[in-house]
Amino acid sequence: MKEDKIFKTTLIMSGVFIALLIILILYSLFKGSYLSIKQNGFNFLTGKEWDPVSEKFGLLPFLVGTLLTSVLSLLISIPFALSIAIFSAIYLKKSFTGKILNYLTDLLSGIPSVIYGFWGLYFFVPIIRKLEISLGILPYGVGIITASLILSIMIIPYTSSIAREVINLVPSELIEAGYAMGATTYDVIKKIILPYAKSGIFAGILLSFGRAFGETMAVTMVIGNSNTLPKNIFSPANTMASIIANEFTEATKNSHLSSLIEVGLWLFLITFVINFIGQTIIKKFAPEGGK
Amino acid sequence: MESEVLKISNLSAGYFDNNVLKNINMIVPEKKVVAIMGPSGCGKSTLIRCINRMHETTNGAKQSGEIFLRGKNIYELHSILVRRKIGMVFQRPNPFPTMSIYDNVISGYLLNGIKLKKSERDFIVEDSLKKAFLWEEVKDTLHKKGNFLSGGQQQRLCIARALAMKPEILLLDEPTSALDPKATVRIEELIVNLKETVSILLVTHNISQAARVSDFTAFMYLGELVEFGTTDSVFTLPKHKKTEEYLTGKFG
Amino acid sequence: MNPRKKIFKDNLFKFIIMIFSFVSVTPLFFILFQIVRNGISSISINFILKLPKGPGESGGGILNSIIGTFIIITIAIIISVPIGISAGIYLNEYKNRFAELLKVIVNVLQGLPSILIGIIAYLWVVKPMRGFSALSGGIALALMMLPMVIKSTEETLKLIPHSLKEASYALGVSYKDTILKVILPSGFSGIASGIFIGIARITGETAPLLFSAFGNPFVNLNPFKPVDAIPLLIFNYAMSPYESWHKIAWGASFLLVAGVLILNIIIKMAGEKWKVKF
Repeated sequence: MKEDKIFKTTLIMSGVFIALLIILILYSLFKGSYLSIKQNGFNFLTGKEWDPVSEKFGLLPFLVGTLLTSVLSLLISIPFALSIAIFSAIYLKKSFTGKILNYLTDLLSGIPSVIYGFWGLYFFVPIIRKLEISLGILPYGVGIITASLILSIMIIPYTSSIAREVINLVPSELIEAGYAMGATTYDVIKKIILPYAKSGIFAGILLSFGRAFGETMAVTMVIGNSNTLPKNIFSPANTMASIIANEFTEATKNSHLSSLIEVGLWLFLITFVINFIGQTIIKKFAPEGGK
Repeated sequence: MESEVLKISNLSAGYFDNNVLKNINMIVPEKKVVAIMGPSGCGKSTLIRCINRMHETTNGAKQSGEIFLRGKNIYELHSILVRRKIGMVFQRPNPFPTMSIYDNVISGYLLNGIKLKKSERDFIVEDSLKKAFLWEEVKDTLHKKGNFLSGGQQQRLCIARALAMKPEILLLDEPTSALDPKATVRIEELIVNLKETVSILLVTHNISQAARVSDFTAFMYLGELVEFGTTDSVFTLPKHKKTEEYLTGKFG
Repeated sequence: MNPRKKIFKDNLFKFIIMIFSFVSVTPLFFILFQIVRNGISSISINFILKLPKGPGESGGGILNSIIGTFIIITIAIIISVPIGISAGIYLNEYKNRFAELLKVIVNVLQGLPSILIGIIAYLWVVKPMRGFSALSGGIALALMMLPMVIKSTEETLKLIPHSLKEASYALGVSYKDTILKVILPSGFSGIASGIFIGIARITGETAPLLFSAFGNPFVNLNPFKPVDAIPLLIFNYAMSPYESWHKIAWGASFLLVAGVLILNIIIKMAGEKWKVKF
């Protein structure tokens, strides 16, 4: 029937539309950064200086800033995230308390980023300032450490929900076999569950890393907006996302705007690779169930 | 010779390289129950799915040959029109979960956008439910959704849904295999009752069911129509050795 | 290892895990507590109905950002829902190589950092229009919501048994009517939940709006002009040096978090109620 043909064509067109979207996004990012790529070349990646006035644009300070905050926040969050996953998926399996724990963790992920930033600005920064004073460092309050701490809270629910799903995929026969041999829960976790779920948990950590890498608002609000290469974790800095957020609307020169877009391009490429690897591992681990 | 409602002529069908049906020739007489029996994989489900052209909705399906519904070749009509003239009831009851019982019965009209006056609708619903032996049980809950119904009741609802379209022939694909014995008996009673209204083709893997309700029986084996005749003669004096072996339980 | 030591280790491990788990969720209570404490004093009818005052002046409300949020979200829904559901149906109905590729693309879209969506909205809408607008903000949020709608549609439809389609075909119903009148209604609960979860998510998004909707101290109903949004307002006021503006930001945060929380609860309850059983 003719109406079926029109309908099917509409469905296919919507699929094509989505594919076109991503192609256009990539194209726009490349086109927007073309000026910067031409002017800065490879020095963009190694350049330590970012000075719109003299039109010197180097990505390194922000790459380092992003790496420091993401890695630090990941390291801080992993023990907490895994604890929640283990606690709710194993100890509290199917119990009401377990459901509450999962619900609370989901709530954490539902809080908008800007609110994390606002809260961080008001309550975390003074604490860090006091800490810095006691350590004899310049009390900025803001900086890499503050951003990492806020970020770690934000990515805990992300890592823990993936870890939880992966742990639930461990075949119950294996776990029961372990208990039947007289193993304690600790043994079962250490020797059966974790080894089995290893790659899935790694993928979850990778995906959270990708998330932390691209996080914008909360980081922008507490990282201190400094364009120099961070000296240590107490330095104010900027990440690739935060420099865009901070300077995009102020950029009057085309070279400035183009360089910011090139930062965006690199952000896209790096997060794409991280997410792609993470998704591929999850697909291998759980061909039908992985998200 | 009674008039025929369906004539199947040199029908072969299958999927990709698999040939499931081999050169079937069969006539279904008017207002009778024809049972099709045979062991798993003999092609009986594929056969009836060819009749209402459901077979071609599966990936890789192929068929050749002709099927005449009241003299018209169904492959020369649009498949949708063919299906509106042929009713089908499936192995597992599948009433539409978002519709009320009332709407389920006339869903053929609703979904196809066929407009009916309210009085016509009410009549069709009551008539079909009565023929499906379900009216008394649901007449007070017509506008509720059917998920509280038992398996047997849901299947009778599906039969009513098929009957509402006033089909030329009703195809039943193992309609009682997912039901308990009590529900099975109910449906067998209604099949016997129904043949005054519509011709019926019943696929069943239950030999005694075929013996109980049908006027004619076809026995299929490995994609071929091995034997066809009145139920009496097929069961008491089967002409082919394979038929006899199947009836005595040597395989199947 | 003797049994005593084993049991001790086991209990110690459980204890550590428990402590870590509880510590993990305490920030939630901290944040909610501070938001309520600081924000609730700002909430009043005036807060919702009035416009913001200048820096240093107390009082004022956030009417402009409330209306702006509504406008932008409406635009985002209008764009992302039809296309998203359509693409979700496509992914469930077609099983070819393009569909597999599309699933990867949807994941890539979902993983895009929100600031990049802002850049795209700027390049695609703001630049050609030579100005910021609610429309560009709506398009940015639509880009964020699209993968969510697609995925939840696809996953919901996947759970619908094939027998429903067969029942419909056997009645002579066309493919289009089968999908639109039988399959989609059966998946209504899951698809609607997915849409509302998407709405809850994009209501709090700021980065895509930084250089698209941009902000506006006045109420603006014209989609082609810049408009304010609640998270944008929070960002700008929180970063400002004015105490009175901080107060407003707390009030706005309270509204935002309360709204998102209530939406989540409604989604959970309604999802259970509308769920179709097969």
